Amino acid sequence: MKGDCEGCKKPATIHLTEIFGGKKVEKHYCEGCPKLAGDALAAKSHTPINELLSNFVLQHSGAVRDAGTSCEACGITWAEFKQTGLLGCEHDYTVFERELNLVIQRAHEGAQHHVGKVPARRAAGAIVPKKKVDLARLRRDLAKAIEAEDYERAAKLRDQIRQAEG
Amino acid sequence: MKLSDFTTRSGEWLRGMGPHSEVVISSRIRLARNVSGERFCSKLDRARRADLEKRIRLAILAAELAPSMLYADLTQSVELERQLLVERHLISKPHAASEDPRGVAVSGDEQISIMVLEEDHLRIQVLRSGLQLDEAWEQISAVDDKLDDSLEFAFSKRLGYLTACPTNVGTGIRVSVMLHLPALKLTGDIEKVFRAAKDLKLAVRGLYGEGTEATGDFYQVSNQVTLGKVEEDIISDFRHTIIPRIVEFEQMARRTLLNERTHFLDDKVHRAVGLLRSARILTSEEVLFLLSHVRLGANLGRVRDVDVGLINELFLNTQQSHLQKVLGKRLDTEPRRIARAEYVRKKLGSAD
Ligand SMILES: [Zn+2]
Ligand SMILES: [Zn+2]
Repeated sequence: MKGDCEGCKKPATIHLTEIFGGKKVEKHYCEGCPKLAGDALAAKSHTPINELLSNFVLQHSGAVRDAGTSCEACGITWAEFKQTGLLGCEHDYTVFERELNLVIQRAHEGAQHHVGKVPARRAAGAIVPKKKVDLARLRRDLAKAIEAEDYERAAKLRDQIRQAEG
Repeated sequence: MKLSDFTTRSGEWLRGMGPHSEVVISSRIRLARNVSGERFCSKLDRARRADLEKRIRLAILAAELAPSMLYADLTQSVELERQLLVERHLISKPHAASEDPRGVAVSGDEQISIMVLEEDHLRIQVLRSGLQLDEAWEQISAVDDKLDDSLEFAFSKRLGYLTACPTNVGTGIRVSVMLHLPALKLTGDIEKVFRAAKDLKLAVRGLYGEGTEATGDFYQVSNQVTLGKVEEDIISDFRHTIIPRIVEFEQMARRTLLNERTHFLDDKVHRAVGLLRSARILTSEEVLFLLSHVRLGANLGRVRDVDVGLINELFLNTQQSHLQKVLGKRLDTEPRRIARAEYVRKKLGSAD
């Protein structure tokens, strides 16, 4: 069973151990699988950050970097964040992007993108990028790279997406 | 204007007016915001914290957010004053208890308040009586824009407003509606509200928010999802679906009590009135519990000689810090309970 995604039977790249009612349950998903977000939501509907973090142990090799990774701007490590549930600065969302993605999806019914209010200064006087990058295409490419387990390419695409998003 | 001036007036949240005010006490929206380029609060040392507090204070005072705006440096305030602000729902308990440089800004009408350097750099709040969420959103969004002009909030295109805790990221919005649900409590149907709320990923909390008991049958219903939804849609769900349904459910329970269990209802209501007019020692919890039944009775026309405005006033002025402020003296627990009972008897008319 290990190796197949719970949702779509594609090769699983994310292996999760969830502690549920005192019992350990192992689950396997491909990255970005809609089933992952759905299951995460069903698991618990009132989820303070500490429970989100402690009950949800991420085992995927690529998903958690060595405990030593820290933010250059504020010095926080992932381990420290897991303890307090509080980030140290705005850059942490980029530094720990992959780790945070799962936490964020679980807290927000699977959502990964802001669709609400944009600060007026951004909306009006926003700097128009020289080259219009097709974000949707980049995201599709990223999904493909992950599916193919081409993590080097995936990392590059992530950087491109981040740049385009500003 | 000083902090102590607030007690002389009824707080916005208990004004007891506005749409659906028999059930909906108040509507609140808060936005979590952080100043771009500055570390979040947990990673600020004391000196940087003090600098940032000053920078935000100046920005707030320069923004002309309301005709009158009070800013209080909470390190310079006494505990009783901070507790007053908690009881008026203007600051959180952790913000009152902290010892770090931090502040609060409050508009003269108490509709706008801004906690400075709480969990996020700014926690902007708009609080209005009754069900007034659209009005609250319009108001808070304008405050947000003015402050963003000078402070430039941390924002990413993908994740929206960046907050200290990822559970608030995106819109950074929390919509909370305070409801008075005594009939659902009496009929036991309140459990159904909890279950429905849980299914909708809403939080239900007590009178003073996170981790507090639902004293006096007051319940705060609020959203938890802040990412992937537009603010107006989150608000519209509350405004048009969630709150009207709970209100209707409570009204149904009230009608059932009134028509089918009249003696049970009258017994609860008049026992409460009797106790409040006779008791010689009262805790703040007991007062809330009894006032809740009196309020229900007044709303249903079962007690005619107690004014709803007076009940609302008592809800606030019998709270620990308000009571001491109103009476103009500091009191330990036991003398405070005696003074509380005395104050209530005086206001409601003593039984003897
Ligand atoms: Zn899958
Ligand atoms: Zn950082």
